[in-house]
Amino acid sequence: MMETEFAVVGAGPAGLSAALEASRTGVQTVLIDENQAPGGQLFKQIHKFFGSKEHWAATRGIDIGIKLLMQVEKAGIKVMLDTVVWGIFDGGKVLAIKEGDRNRRVRAEKILLATGASENPLAFPGWTLPGVLGAGAAQTLVNLHRVLPGTRVLMVGAGNVGLIVAYQLLQAGANVVAVVEALPKIGGYGVHASKIRRMGVPILTGHTVKEASGDAMVERATVIQIDEQGNPIPGTEREFEVDTICIAVGLHPLAELAWVCGCEFTYISELGGHVPLHTEKMETTMPGVYVAGDVAGIEEATVAMEEGRLTGVDVARCLGYISNRKAETLTREIQARIELIRSGPFGEVLGEAKERLIERRG
Amino acid sequence: MRESLSKTGVLTKEDLAQSPGVPSEERMERGPVAYIECMEEIPCDPCEFVCPKGAITVGKQIIDLPVLDEEKCDGCGLCIPICPGLAIFVVDKSHSDKEALVGLPYEQLPLPKVGMKVYGVDREGKAVCEARVVKVLNPKKFDRTAVVYLAVPRAFALDVRHFAFMEEEE
Repeated sequence: MMETEFAVVGAGPAGLSAALEASRTGVQTVLIDENQAPGGQLFKQIHKFFGSKEHWAATRGIDIGIKLLMQVEKAGIKVMLDTVVWGIFDGGKVLAIKEGDRNRRVRAEKILLATGASENPLAFPGWTLPGVLGAGAAQTLVNLHRVLPGTRVLMVGAGNVGLIVAYQLLQAGANVVAVVEALPKIGGYGVHASKIRRMGVPILTGHTVKEASGDAMVERATVIQIDEQGNPIPGTEREFEVDTICIAVGLHPLAELAWVCGCEFTYISELGGHVPLHTEKMETTMPGVYVAGDVAGIEEATVAMEEGRLTGVDVARCLGYISNRKAETLTREIQARIELIRSGPFGEVLGEAKERLIERRG
Repeated sequence: MRESLSKTGVLTKEDLAQSPGVPSEERMERGPVAYIECMEEIPCDPCEFVCPKGAITVGKQIIDLPVLDEEKCDGCGLCIPICPGLAIFVVDKSHSDKEALVGLPYEQLPLPKVGMKVYGVDREGKAVCEARVVKVLNPKKFDRTAVVYLAVPRAFALDVRHFAFMEEEE
C-alpha cells in the first residue's frame, strides 16, 4: 500500500491549488486524476476570466492551467494520471485506485475530493439521436480536440455555459442558429449574451426544445414557447434546421466518492443539487475528508481555486506544518477574496447558498 | 436597467445613457475616448489597472461598475482587449466630417485587412451601414483579442459594435 500525508483526487483548479498550498508548507502530497492530462476543465476555457488581479483576471483559463501545472512541476508534487479512484475505505483513510491494469491502495492522513461536476441532461423526444450532446462535451471537442461537432447548432440554456460555448462554437466556425432558455430571463452574464447577440445569434427566453428529429441523426429541432408555469404553448412551435443540439441546463456535483465514503449531504438547488456538507475550511462530516470546487457546490473556477487553497491551508495546519495563527491569517485572506467573487447580484445568491450549507454542517 | 439586458442580451440607448462608463457627446466630438458598456455588477476590475491615465475607476468593491473620467481618458484603447466581457469600445467623432471611428474587440479569424470594406453591425447583429477597416491591432500583450478600428458614417458611431465581411471569403 502506498502511503502519503495528503491525497488529492482530481487535478482541476481546486485540486491543483490545494496540492500547491499544502506542499508549499512541506506536506507530502499526491495528486490523482483519471484523465491523461491534469488541469480539469481549465484547458477548454479559452476565454478570459473575470475577477481581480488576485484571481488571475483577464487571463484565459487555459493559461491559468498552464501556470498551475508549471508550479506543480516545480514543487515536485507526485501526479498520478490515467488513474481512477474507484473506492474510499476505512472511514475515508484509504483510496482504492486503478492505475492502468493495476489495482492499488493509497493510505492518506487527509483526503481532498476535488472531482468537479457533471452536466445535467434534458430529456425530450429525439434526445438520443446522434447530434444531441452536452455543451461541455461540445466545448471539449472544439477547444481540446479541435473538432466541430456540427455546423448548425441550437444551444439549449442561456446560463454562462450556454452563452460561452455558443460564442466558442462561433469562433470555431459553426453557425449557432439560436440559444433557447426556458426561464423568462437570461441566466448568464449580460456581456456574454451581448457578445453573441452582436454576432447575430438570437436568444429566445421563455422557449425550450420540444423535439429533435431526423433519420439517423439530428436534422431538425422544434422549439416551442412556454408560459410562466413552464407549460408549452401550442401553436408557437418553430423549426430550426440543425445538425447539433447542445444542452446547457446546469451542472451537478460529481460526488460519488463523497457518498460512498459516508459524507452527509444536503440539497441546495442553487449549488447544483445534493452537496456534501462541509465547514468553512471545506472539511466534510467525515473527519479528514475535504471537498473543494464544483463538488462542493457549482461555482466559478476562481472560487474552486480559492476553496482548494482553504483546504491546503487547513491540511497543513492539522498536520503541524504551519501554526494555528499562520493558518488563521491565510484562511482569512482567502475568505476575503472569495467574498469579493461572491459579491454582486450573481455571486450573492451563491454566497448565501453556501452560508446555508455551512450552517447545516454546524 | 438590467431588464432589457437580461431579457434580450442587448443594451438599449436608454440603458447606456445611465452607464457611468459612457462619455458625453461633447467629449466624443473632441477625439477618441473609451465607451464602456459594462452595466451589470459582476466582480471584475482589470480595466482599472490597465489604464495608464487612471481614467477608469472600479474601486475596492470590485462589483461596482467602472466609472470613466472622460477628461483623463485619451482614447488609447488598452482597455478594449483587457475586458473579459468584450464590453469596452473606443469612439472618435472627430475623425472626419462624415465619419466617426469605432474601435472594437474582435476574437474571430480571419482578421480583416486594413482598407477593406465591411458591414457595420449593431448590438442586435444587424448590418446597419458600410464601414471601412482603418486599423487592426493584434500585439502579443492583447492576448489574442484583436482590436479593429472602423470608420463608420457619423450617425452610426453609437450603433456599430461589430462587423461582418461583405463576402464569405476575402
